[in-house]
Amino acid sequence: MLDFQAMISAIGPELLLALAGLAGVLAGAYMGDRFNGLSFKLGAVTLLLAALVVIMNWEGGEAFGGLVTTTPFVNFAKCISFIAGAVTLLMAEGFLKRHETIRYEYPLLVIFASLGMGIILSASNLMTLYMGIETLSLSSYVLASFHRDSIRSSEAGLKYFVLGALASGILLYGISLVYGFTGSTDYGDIASSERTIGLVFGMVLMISGMAFKVSAAPMHVWTPDVYEGAPSPVVAFFATAPKMASMVVFANLLFTAFTGVFEDWQMIIAIIATLSMLIGAFGALIQNNLKRLLGYSSIANMGYALVAVAAGAEYGAAALLVFMTSYVIASIGLFGGVLSMRREGGMVENIDELAGLVRRRTGLALALTVLVISVSGFPLAVGFIGKLVVFQAGWNAGLLPLLIVLVLSSVLAFGYYLRIILVMWVKEPVERFQPVGSTVSLSVYAAAAACLVLFVFASPFLDWATQASAGFIQ
Amino acid sequence: MGNFPILTAVTFLPLAGALLIMLVQSATGSNGQDEETRGRQSLMAGLIFSAATFLASLVMLVSFEVDAPGYQLVEEVSWFAGIQYKLGIDGMSLLLILLTTLLTPISLVASYGTVKQRLTEYTIAFLVLETFMIGVFCAMDLVLFYVFFEAGLIPMFIIIGVWGGAERIYASFKFFLYTLLGSLFMLAAIVFMYMQAGTSDITVLETYAFAPEVQTWLWLAFFASFAVKLPMFPVHTWLPDAHVQAPTAGSVILAGVLLKMGGYGFLRFSLPMFPDASQFFQPMMFALSVIAIVYASLVAFRQTDMKKLIAYSSVAHMGFVTLGIFSFTEVGVQGAIFQMISHGLISGALFLIVGMVYDRVHTREIAAYGGLVNKMPIYAAIFMLFTMANVGLPGTSGFVGEILTMTGAFQASTWAAAGAALGVIFSAVYMLTLYRRTVFGPVTNPALENITDVGKKDLITITPLIIGTILLGITPNLVFDITRESSLRALQMITGG
Repeated sequence: MLDFQAMISAIGPELLLALAGLAGVLAGAYMGDRFNGLSFKLGAVTLLLAALVVIMNWEGGEAFGGLVTTTPFVNFAKCISFIAGAVTLLMAEGFLKRHETIRYEYPLLVIFASLGMGIILSASNLMTLYMGIETLSLSSYVLASFHRDSIRSSEAGLKYFVLGALASGILLYGISLVYGFTGSTDYGDIASSERTIGLVFGMVLMISGMAFKVSAAPMHVWTPDVYEGAPSPVVAFFATAPKMASMVVFANLLFTAFTGVFEDWQMIIAIIATLSMLIGAFGALIQNNLKRLLGYSSIANMGYALVAVAAGAEYGAAALLVFMTSYVIASIGLFGGVLSMRREGGMVENIDELAGLVRRRTGLALALTVLVISVSGFPLAVGFIGKLVVFQAGWNAGLLPLLIVLVLSSVLAFGYYLRIILVMWVKEPVERFQPVGSTVSLSVYAAAAACLVLFVFASPFLDWATQASAGFIQ
Repeated sequence: MGNFPILTAVTFLPLAGALLIMLVQSATGSNGQDEETRGRQSLMAGLIFSAATFLASLVMLVSFEVDAPGYQLVEEVSWFAGIQYKLGIDGMSLLLILLTTLLTPISLVASYGTVKQRLTEYTIAFLVLETFMIGVFCAMDLVLFYVFFEAGLIPMFIIIGVWGGAERIYASFKFFLYTLLGSLFMLAAIVFMYMQAGTSDITVLETYAFAPEVQTWLWLAFFASFAVKLPMFPVHTWLPDAHVQAPTAGSVILAGVLLKMGGYGFLRFSLPMFPDASQFFQPMMFALSVIAIVYASLVAFRQTDMKKLIAYSSVAHMGFVTLGIFSFTEVGVQGAIFQMISHGLISGALFLIVGMVYDRVHTREIAAYGGLVNKMPIYAAIFMLFTMANVGLPGTSGFVGEILTMTGAFQASTWAAAGAALGVIFSAVYMLTLYRRTVFGPVTNPALENITDVGKKDLITITPLIIGTILLGITPNLVFDITRESSLRALQMITGG
């Protein structure tokens, strides 16, 4: 019979999210529009509860005959993803209200996407992985086109859907090859099977599919368009929670299922990382739209994260968690900044609209400066520690060429990050932003404060990540 | 003083002041007063905080034991992953901190009345910058050092970018990216050293023997950063741009303190940690130093902008610093440290002097001046003093630094010393030409007809620097006694002493 205790400890958070999501659908069906306002708060609370359940079952476990296995490593990512999902959900409310698209479907979609993240993180079988990815992706496609009356949003959704479906197909094809040549879809069985050319082929296809999900080059082309077109709160969500989850899943898959063919994938990941770092940095240099810029910046940052992946499980696991967490925190704040850019007649997205922000809203400008400093990896904020540990991981693994690219790309990146600081501090101020509600400002301030606090008190944070990835160190 | 963390207090007092100003200003709102009044209040508050920092650093001076070897007033707290928040000072860092805490209030006073826009942010930027500069000089952990070293770029970037001249955006970007690229190489080296030695504690690394071939790479990585910062030929080109565009106070800090971080870095890291590589690169350093001295002096002679001229003169004078450091003699190293302090005072004063006439006439073109002695006699006298100090007249601190670094260099290489001596002559040429063309002669520019002589504010800013320059010129032992231990330690791995 089912062992409930083990099941709860393995997939408790996912059960909670699934049940809450279904209850939300029912509540929406009965209450209709009256549920709209309430649903956002309830959704955020549900996600935070899920994070709490993750923390309570930190050591994780196995369930469904090995279809799902949770470890502290994935629980770390789950925790951060759920919290990020909750924060971005709260930030979305005001925006959607002003655009008259505040509907209870939005939090439900976020919850189902989070459910997908939970499932892929817990997966220890390729079938579970694929199911989770589809749950996450389908919710995401709908979210991207949530403003269905807006051409840009619809275009973003369609683009995301077509390319995403293609990537899923490639991933599935890879899964079928791996299954065909190893005879199993279980991570453990795949890891212990011998290296065949078919297995490597399947793995390469799977890497391509996963690279799409984390928006790593050369599968990155959707990112700037979707970032620009999709509604800002949706992008805030895309840039944080699913990024964290997908990247850790990517690493987890390579570290556990494909640990036997480490040499084969290390080179591929290294190339993907190099391309992402360069394309992201060069692409962002010429952007004027802040959302597009952040899109390219995320490509570059995924490149840095992949350096940690390429360093292998022993060196890179903890570094990956630290880097991704610091990136997610900074991204939440930066998208809070994007959401604050509201003028008479709608949202603005051009970098120049931030001109002279320091004189109009000193607090916001300072917070954004801290966040930009953090995401650029400059000392003074947690992003520096993130990059430092990635650098260390790469160094330990002997990936010198990658590190040189990392350094060069970081210098390039300062070119566009500095421009944001410069515009806020130097340019003559333009018209004031319209107020956007306290949740957004609060999130920006909290994210900036978190960047500074985690920098000063880095030790517990690093210890936590190291302890979470202890399972990878033999 | 017991266990009172005096170094932390000195380091973070300006930052605390900046936060306080920020909080008070945002809490009181506009409150009916116009921006300028509020800005002036902020500046006064900033002045009080930086003056308090100066007093605190005097306490540090008093509690410093001159003859004790090693680092003093050490504070240590674990930060993360074996990296520590560790502060400590020796004679060299003590004097550089004093220089920093002296120049910051002076630059704030100099900004009074001249900077009119956004004075609150201006004050905050300077206070934050002061914290980072002090931090650089007392960090005893490589990563902590790097954090302070890099962090200082942001406030300086903003100071140049916001309150600078017409080409400020270009200049601030150039300054930032040049310095950053160099620093990232240093970061790579720091990570490697941390991996190899298992610690980033400077006191441990000073005696850690890296393999000679490794040393070469590490040395080059640190060199990339310090050479840009110092700046050395051929990576000095950011400096004239940055200086010309920076506001007067920014130039004072830039020339007075930020350039010294390069020399400090060579003495604190390159020499003790990579002794073999340092010796290997000695000829290159000598060559670059002499080129810097001669070339920058010649370029300075051709400048039409006063600030640019002094900027190139800074490049030449910092050439003496590297010359002294890489002579590997006690007298050379002592001279280099002395030269850093002395140049901090003199170049700071020269930028203030340029600032004084710029505030009155709003041009830095040398050709726009002439005959100032008729209108501004006191100004002419002060300018004369610092012209002579910059040339290296005996009795001023400029002389001591140059003569000692050259003596040190002479023991290592006659040719290098001879080349550097040429630079001394050139410095007389360009400085005296500058002085003649601005101060002597008839008044040709009608804008100068109603110019007023130095005011109270100008005297307040310049007097401490006059006293410092002459005092150190007459009794240089004040400095040498304090820095002897540090120079010996910088050399101990090379000379085996």
